[in-house]
Amino acid sequence: MRSTVIVFPGSNCDRDIAVALKKLQFKNEMVWHKDSELPKSDLIVIPGGFSYGDYLRSGAIAAKSTILKEVIKSAERGCLILGVCNGFQILIETGLLKGALLRNKNLKFINDDVYLKVNNKNRFCKKYSNNQIIKLNIAHNEGNYFTSSDHVKNMQDQELIAFQYSNNKGDVNEDYNPNGSMANIAGILNEKKNILGMMPHPERMTDKLIVNEDGLGLFSSILN
Amino acid sequence: MKVAVTITLKKDVLDPQGKVVLHTLQNMGMKTLSNIRQGKYFEIEIEETNQEIVKKDVDSMCKKPLANLIIEDYKIDII
Repeated sequence: MRSTVIVFPGSNCDRDIAVALKKLQFKNEMVWHKDSELPKSDLIVIPGGFSYGDYLRSGAIAAKSTILKEVIKSAERGCLILGVCNGFQILIETGLLKGALLRNKNLKFINDDVYLKVNNKNRFCKKYSNNQIIKLNIAHNEGNYFTSSDHVKNMQDQELIAFQYSNNKGDVNEDYNPNGSMANIAGILNEKKNILGMMPHPERMTDKLIVNEDGLGLFSSILN
Repeated sequence: MKVAVTITLKKDVLDPQGKVVLHTLQNMGMKTLSNIRQGKYFEIEIEETNQEIVKKDVDSMCKKPLANLIIEDYKIDII
C-alpha cells in the first residue's frame, strides 16, 4: 500500500508517522507543502506539529497551502486521509471535517497518555474490537472539539465518532475529558468515512520498547 | 484605504482566556467589571479608494481565512 506524509514547516511528527508506516510495510513518500503534485497514494497522512507556528489559528495557514489543494481533491475522490493532532486541526480548517478545535478548557498544553474508547465500524479502526479501550498519547493546546449539538447527534447516529476520551473501563464522562471536547470527542470521520481526524498520536504507540503498541491497530486496519 | 478588522469568539462559545483576564481584573479590585471577551485585531491596507469594493474584499478575507465562522464573529471598520 502506498502512503504519503505531508511535511510543513513546523511539522514534528512526520518522521514518527513515517517510521510507523514503514514498520507495516507501507511504501511511503514524504511530500513538501510547496509541492503541487501528489504521488499515487492510497493513504495521505497530515502529521502533527505546529505548522506555520500555529499563526492565525492552528492549521489555518496550512489549510491554504499549495499541496492541500491536491489533498482536498484526493479526499473528494475517496482516498484515505488521516490527520493527527495538528493534522486534525488542518483538516478542520479545510472544511473536510466539520466543527472547530478550540483552546483546551484548562488553558494548558496537555501532554499525557489517555484512555480512548474505539468505535471500530470504519476503515481506520476495524482491527480493534468495538468499544476496545486503548491508551494513546495526546500533546496539544487546541484540542477542545466544538460543534453544534445537532452535529454531535448526527455523528453518533452515523457512527462517525471513532475515538472518545474515557477511563480504563470505558466510562465516557466529564471526569475523563482532558480538554473539554464535546461528547469527549478525540477523533471523528467524515460522512463517507474516508477521512479521519484525531488529536491522540497513534504513531507514538507502535513499539513496546517505547510504551505500548496500541496505535498499531490503526495502521494495520488501513493496510488490510 | 485602511481597514480595521476585529474578530471575537461568538457569544455562546466559551472564551477561557477572556474569563481568566476578567477574574484577574476583578481580583485587582475592578468590581464593576462584568464581562470580557478576548479577540484578534487586524489593520489592513488596500490600494483601492472605492469603499464598497474594499468592504467586499475585506469581507471575503474575513470569511476565509481570517475568521473561523463556526466559532468567531468579525467586524469591519474603515479607518
